[in-house]
Order: sequence, then C-alpha cells, then structure tokens
Amino acid sequence: MLRKIRIALAVLFFTAVTLLFLDFTGTLHTWLGWTAKIQFLPALLAMNFVVVAVLVLLTLLLGRVYCSVICPLGVFQDIVAWLSKRNRKKRYTYSPAKSYLRWGVLVVFIAVMALGVTSLAAIIAPYSAYGRIAGNLFAPVYALGNNLLAYVAERAGSYAFYEKEVWIRSIPTFIVAVATFVVIVALAWRGGRTYCNTICPVGTVLGFLSRFSWLKPVIDKSACIDCKSCVRKCKASCIDIENHRIDYSRCVACMDCIDTCPKGAVHYVHPKRSQASAAEGAKTGENTPDVSRRRFLTVAAAMTTTSMLKAQEMKVDGGLAVIEDKKIPERKTPIVPAGALSARHFANHCTACQLCVSECQNDVLRPASELSRFMQPEMSYERGYCRPECVRCSEVCPAGAIRPISVEEKSSTQIGHAVWVRENCIPLTDGVSCGNCARHCPSGAIQMVPSVPGDESSVRIPVVNVERCIGCGACENLCPARPFSAIYVEGNSVHRTV
Amino acid sequence: MEKKRDKKSISRRNFLKTAGAAAIVAAGLSTMPGRGDRKRSTAGDSEPSGEMTYRTNPKTGEKVSILGYGCMRWPTLYGSADDELDQEQVNRLVDYAIAHGVNYFDTSPAYCKGQSERVTGNALKRHPRDKFFIATKLSNFDPSTWSHDGSMKIYRHSFEALQVDYIDYYLLHGVGMGRDGMAELRAKYIDNDMLDFLLKEREAGRIRNLGFSYHGDIKVFDYLLSQHDRYKWDFVQIQMNYLDWRHAKEINPRNTNAEYLYGELASRGIPAVIMEPLLGGRLSKVHDHVVARLKQREPTQSVASWAFRFAGSYPDVLTVLSGMTYMEHLQDNVKTYSPLKPLTEEELGFLFDTADLMMQYPLIPCNDCKYCMPCPYGIDIPSILTHYNKCVNEGNVSEDVQAENYRRARRAFLVGYDRSVPKLRQANHCIGCRQCVPHCPQGIDIPGELHRIDGFVEKLKQGKL
Repeated sequence: MLRKIRIALAVLFFTAVTLLFLDFTGTLHTWLGWTAKIQFLPALLAMNFVVVAVLVLLTLLLGRVYCSVICPLGVFQDIVAWLSKRNRKKRYTYSPAKSYLRWGVLVVFIAVMALGVTSLAAIIAPYSAYGRIAGNLFAPVYALGNNLLAYVAERAGSYAFYEKEVWIRSIPTFIVAVATFVVIVALAWRGGRTYCNTICPVGTVLGFLSRFSWLKPVIDKSACIDCKSCVRKCKASCIDIENHRIDYSRCVACMDCIDTCPKGAVHYVHPKRSQASAAEGAKTGENTPDVSRRRFLTVAAAMTTTSMLKAQEMKVDGGLAVIEDKKIPERKTPIVPAGALSARHFANHCTACQLCVSECQNDVLRPASELSRFMQPEMSYERGYCRPECVRCSEVCPAGAIRPISVEEKSSTQIGHAVWVRENCIPLTDGVSCGNCARHCPSGAIQMVPSVPGDESSVRIPVVNVERCIGCGACENLCPARPFSAIYVEGNSVHRTV
Repeated sequence: MEKKRDKKSISRRNFLKTAGAAAIVAAGLSTMPGRGDRKRSTAGDSEPSGEMTYRTNPKTGEKVSILGYGCMRWPTLYGSADDELDQEQVNRLVDYAIAHGVNYFDTSPAYCKGQSERVTGNALKRHPRDKFFIATKLSNFDPSTWSHDGSMKIYRHSFEALQVDYIDYYLLHGVGMGRDGMAELRAKYIDNDMLDFLLKEREAGRIRNLGFSYHGDIKVFDYLLSQHDRYKWDFVQIQMNYLDWRHAKEINPRNTNAEYLYGELASRGIPAVIMEPLLGGRLSKVHDHVVARLKQREPTQSVASWAFRFAGSYPDVLTVLSGMTYMEHLQDNVKTYSPLKPLTEEELGFLFDTADLMMQYPLIPCNDCKYCMPCPYGIDIPSILTHYNKCVNEGNVSEDVQAENYRRARRAFLVGYDRSVPKLRQANHCIGCRQCVPHCPQGIDIPGELHRIDGFVEKLKQGKL
C-alpha cells in the first residue's frame, strides 16, 4: 500500500515537472509551476525558506521521500531501473556506504558555490540536471510530434496546433545534457540509486537528516527469515540483512522492502532505538567536464551561408530574395532577463535548469557557453526579441534568479541599451529609407534624424535615447542589415528602472 | 413497369435497400414528387452544355474564343524551391483548353519568374500552329532593358522561347505604370525607337496584331488612343470586372473606372482584351455574405461564373483572360462560356449592387500577380496581403477585444499568419524602402499596408486591440 502511494505520487510529480519543460504554449506553468518551485536546491538559492523548512521537516518525519517522489531525477532513475529489471533477472545486493566520496563531493560542491561559480556546481545538481535532459532531449521530440500534428491540422484547416521551431540553443549544453543522460541511465540501469547515494549533494544532505527521521522502515528480527527478498529489491543497496540493519542515510523511503517481504517483517514505524550506520571510506571524485568554448558556436555560424543579401534585379516577376541568417554580435556584457536584477545576482542564483529556456517562446533565451556562466541562460536577439507582453521566464524560475515581474515593471526595466553601428546601417549602405528600428521600438527610444545635419532631404538614420531604451532587442531583431545588425543591444550589468 | 424502374433506381442507393423500399411502396409511388431527379448519381455538370462562344477580330476576321488562357499562374512542381513549373500539368491544361475550343494564350517574358514563355511554347508546340493564337509582351520593366538593344533582346528571345516564327498578338507591357507613366512610356518604347520597330514588324507579318496593356496613369491611356490614327492599335488590354467598372477610382484614386476605359475603346472600334476579370481570385474568394447572395440566384453556378459572364457580356470584348492554375478552374470557365449567357439588364443591376456591397469590406486590392516580387529585403508581399484578405473574408479580423469571437479570430489570424508567411518574411521586416511601389499594377501603397498589418499583428500579440 505505502509503495503504491509512493509510486502514484512520484508519477504525478514527475509528469508535472516534465510537462513544464515540454509545454511551449505557456499555459501549464500557471497550474504546475509550483512543482519546480518546491525543488530543494532552487528553493535554497531562491532563499525560499518556507519550502526548505518544509522539505527538512518532511525528511525528519518520513525520511527521504523527497528523493523518491518530488525529485524528477530520482523518479527518472527509478523508471530506468524498473525498465532494466523487466529485461533480466537483475537483483541488487548490499554494499557499504561510500561516505568519503559522498561528503567529499558535497564539500567541493559547496566550495564551488561559495566561489560564485554556481553554474559549474549545477552540473551535478539533481533537478537542474534533469531539466537539461528534459529541455534538450525530451522537448525537441515533443515539439517534433507537435509539428506533425500542426502539419495535419494545417491541411485540415484547423488552428488547434501551430508549428514550433526546433533548434539546439547551445551545443556545449546539449553535450552536457547528453553526457548526463548517458551517465545517469548507465548508473541507474546497473545499480539503481547509485547517483543519489554517491554523487548527489542534495541526497547527501537529506540522507544525513533522514538518519534521524521519525518514521523509517525497520526489520523485525524475530519475524525475518533471512530470505534476502528485501535486499534484492533495494535499489539503494542499503539493507544489511546480516545485521538486520538499514542504512537510513541512503534509504529513499521507496517502501519496496515493506511490500516485498513474504513475512511482513519490515514495518514503517518509529524505531525504538535508532542506529546510525558506519561508513566505509572512499576517495573524493571530481566530475568537471571538459568544456568547449564559444569557438564551437563561431565555427557553426561560419559554416552557414555568407552570401550577401542583395537586391535582385526586377527583370522577371515573383520569387523570394535569399535571407541570410543573423549572427550574434560580440556583446561585452551578457543580457539577462528583466527580473534578474543584475548579472551577479543572476549568476549566483541560477541552477541552469533550463526551465526558462524551454519556456521562452520568442527564442531569445539560450544557455551561455562561457565558462564562468556555463549553461546559465543569456539573451540574444537574432531569432526573436523579448516581447513586451511576455514575462514567462520570471514566472517559472524556481531559484529566484529571475524574480517575478509584471508586464508594467518589465516595460520600465532597463536590461541593456541599444548601440548603433554606422557601417551596417541600410540607409547609408543601400541609400534607401528604413526606420524599422524606430517603428518597432516599444519604448519610443529611437528617432530617425537626417544623416547630414540640417539637411532634411538626406536619408535618415536612427539615434538612440539610452535613457528610454530598455534593451528588449526589437530593433536588433528587426534590423534589415545582415548578418550583423546595424543596431544591437549591449547588456547592463545592473538593471535599472527608467 | 413504372414500379420496376423505381425499384431498380432504389436498389442502386444501397443505404435505402431494405428499410426504404417498404416505406416508399407504402407512401404511394405515383404521388411522390420529384422522384425523377433522384436518378442522377452526381450533379453531372462538369462538362459544358454547348460550344464555346467566339468573337471576331475586325481586322483579320479570325474567330477568337471568348475565354483566353492567361499564362501568368501556371502550376509549379510540388515542393520545388525554385517554383519550377510543372510542364506535364501545363500540357494537360493546354490540351483540355484546346480540345474545348480555347484558342488564345497570353504570356509574357516576365511571368512565372521568366519560365512562362518557354513552358507555354512547349505545350503549344504539340498542336498545329493554326489552332491557337499566341500573345506575348515587351516586358522591359528593368531600366537596364530600356535601351534599344536591351529591348530587342527581349523581343527576339520571345520567338525563341515560344518556338514560333510569328506572334499573333504583341503588346507593350503595362503602360501607365511606374512613378511617371508618360516618362516611362517615352523611355521604354518611343525614344528607343522600339514602337517604330514593332510597327515595321507588323508590316512584315511577324507581328499580326499590335496593342498595349494598360494600368495606372490615365494620361498614358488617353495619349496612346489619341495617336490611334498613327499606330492603328489592333487591340488594347484593360482591367475590367464588375468591381472596377465603377469602383476602381474609389479603391485607388490613381486608377480609372473600367466603364471609361471600355467606353473609349468601344467608341473607336478597338477590340478589348480583358485582364483581371476575377481580380486574381478576389471575386471568387469573397465574403460569405456575398457568396450567399450570388448562390441564391444561381445555386449550381460558381461565384466566379458571375465575373466571367460580366466581362463576356460586352460585345467589343475580344477575349477574357483567366490565369487558370487548376483543371477545375479551367473546366468551370469553359462551362461558363460554352456558350456564354450574357447578363440581362436585371442581372447586371444585381451585380452592381453586389459590387457596392463588397466595397464595404476593407480588402486590400492585391491580385497576387507578384509583379512586386522579389522584395530585395525578402518580404513575401503577396502572401501577407492575401492572408489579410482571407481573414477579412472569414471574419477573422476583429475590431476590438470586446468582440464576441475575439479569441478565436485572434488565434486564427496569428497562427494562420505564421503558416502562410515564414517569420522572416512577415510585415514587421518591411523597412519601407518603397522599391515595390512602382511595380504594383493596382497602385497599392504596399509599405503603408504592410505597416498597417504589422501594427494590427502587434496589437493582437499584445492583446491591446
């Protein structure tokens, strides 16, 4: 019974969190957004002490149910382990705790966080690791399925589905996601919750707490017949049947042992004497992936067509001019969304879970490749711009890196400022009138003035009033100059209100 | 006997086989009204009822079919990135047209990204030369072809592409267009001696009839007609349909009502060749209210048939051009004109009332001719304008948030917009350089309309309508 409740709840939470990453219509986060906000590490970074306190109390009361119900990576491992069990007569065995490894990883993790490199530490953080897998591997598959439906709907004259562009937002992050996926699946396939009990920093902290939990599975020595059914079922490898002891620091309260015991000798009760288990030593292991840098993107961009967009001569009718892809300008300061307050606040809080990247419908947010902000989102405007009516990223962020913000607040928050590049500006290069940046600026920060001072008949060029500019990138995105826009946004390291 | 036959017809209709038979017998067969109608398995009216109507060219005496084939909208190969034309399908269309009496084919070196002449020539080559008349044009739109040599190249190339040694109808293409109609007329045809050369070609018999097609500046039209004694125009091509008959000027002050244009030609006895009888489909894809109105009068006739009957009803019309992409359109038009039933006075009045009604819908007068394309900045102008018109006709352009169908209309407009026009080719990328404006035969203020649509889309997206 307890096991069934656990499975039912786990499936609910897992589905909800996964849907958060898959849904691009922005309708689900109103209903399911809280499932991301109750994740341990994001709540800690958001200084959401209510959630943290509740999770601590929950663990002190029931053990590590967080790990088996709420944490999506934990449930994901259970699913993999379950699939592996179906294929062969696989059974788990008891193994002593690798405490030195666990505590070593935790110490390194905290040290890296304290140094301010949250992004690097986030590689092993459970929720964001799952977020990257869902966002990079599951979401594209989901979107492709949607596009198939949109294709059918289009032919049926229905507007129920619309097409969603599928693109890899950052190759390094994609590689990290694939690597994490492979490692997690391999570990879970072979040994169940190996990751949770040797690497996961949250698992180590909650494991420490769960040793003191009020309720825990206890083996009734008098009823036990040493059949080892429970040991073979224990994916945490924490039941020492020789001594009829359970290592509660590793037990994730999955209740499988209770369910499987033929004699009903395992009970979920408050033990009379709690016993802490000793741990065996192990070497500290570090897991820092080799990161290819911005070069990766530059090469990819260089490989795309470099043919200049040129006015075709009007000798025949019809046809479409070739449109060259936009390239990312070299920004001195990265742009982060309104609500992030400052580059530093953002870097210190973001766990790089990619939820905002998945939610961004304007294809603006993508993970950074630079080492110090690795995988943490940044903005760029060559595919779209930060639309005035959208505040989705601030609504979904579970870690408080992007604080909730209203549409009105957003329209007065300066996250960057536009910079004009004379050499690229179409009126000067092509001699035609333009003004597309000025026409689309939502804050009216751009005016068109004669290029020759005082000569009203000369072609007009844009001038930016940086006091009014909010850095949304409409000008950069809609600028006809390609591959580099004639007006681009430079980030503000500290956001201001205008 | 009577009974037997009825039974037989019933058994063909499987769904009534058992239950129906008894009921019908009980109801009394001889008193059942209209039972004869049920013997048709289909409407069966795709084939024309008679022969194609012909008009006589007063100069040559040749019989020209009232339906002319416009070769500007040939079908393209499915999925072809280059919009390559589907020669096999074109052959099929041409074969059907000729088999049903169509003998006038109107093309241009500029049509279908320059492929139309070659493909039309290939299809016609398979028929005897005396079975068809071919019309093509001196389409020297680009200033680089305004020189004598540049224009000559276009003229010579037409013979080569069409694979003929004489051209039945040759036109100066689109006089009156451009920023200054008269100046362009002089630069393209008079100052470079091209018109004099073409007159000589007519004498030599390589051009059998010489005329011009007209859009835009009325000064040019009047000037060329005033010179009729000198040039002896054999025909003139004008835009005429029941909307432009009296509303052309209202739609765009630059344009002239077809009533005037046709009247000027008729008074001089110059045959009129009609283009845009259907306004590129805009008189077929009309608002639901108009569909209901027309269909009530003629439930079995297409909406388009009204437009074709209108154009054909004027006696000095030589032929009515229709750019038929699909076999179904060709069949429908052949049916309308085989034979032509001219509109009665009463029907004409009804159609003019319909035109008044249509003027109430804020459509953009784009006929999807693609003369504006390619836009140097990659905008897909005709797709944007036709999407907008489609939404107007389907009631998906809502006026304000309070409107009853606002949410549904908003979604239909925005989702449909992304489907019909790729994001990078949408109206928000129009920089307003105005290079397209002189190319539009309808004189649409394209950048103005694009910016207006962009503003509308922006409001829809922000929900601030």
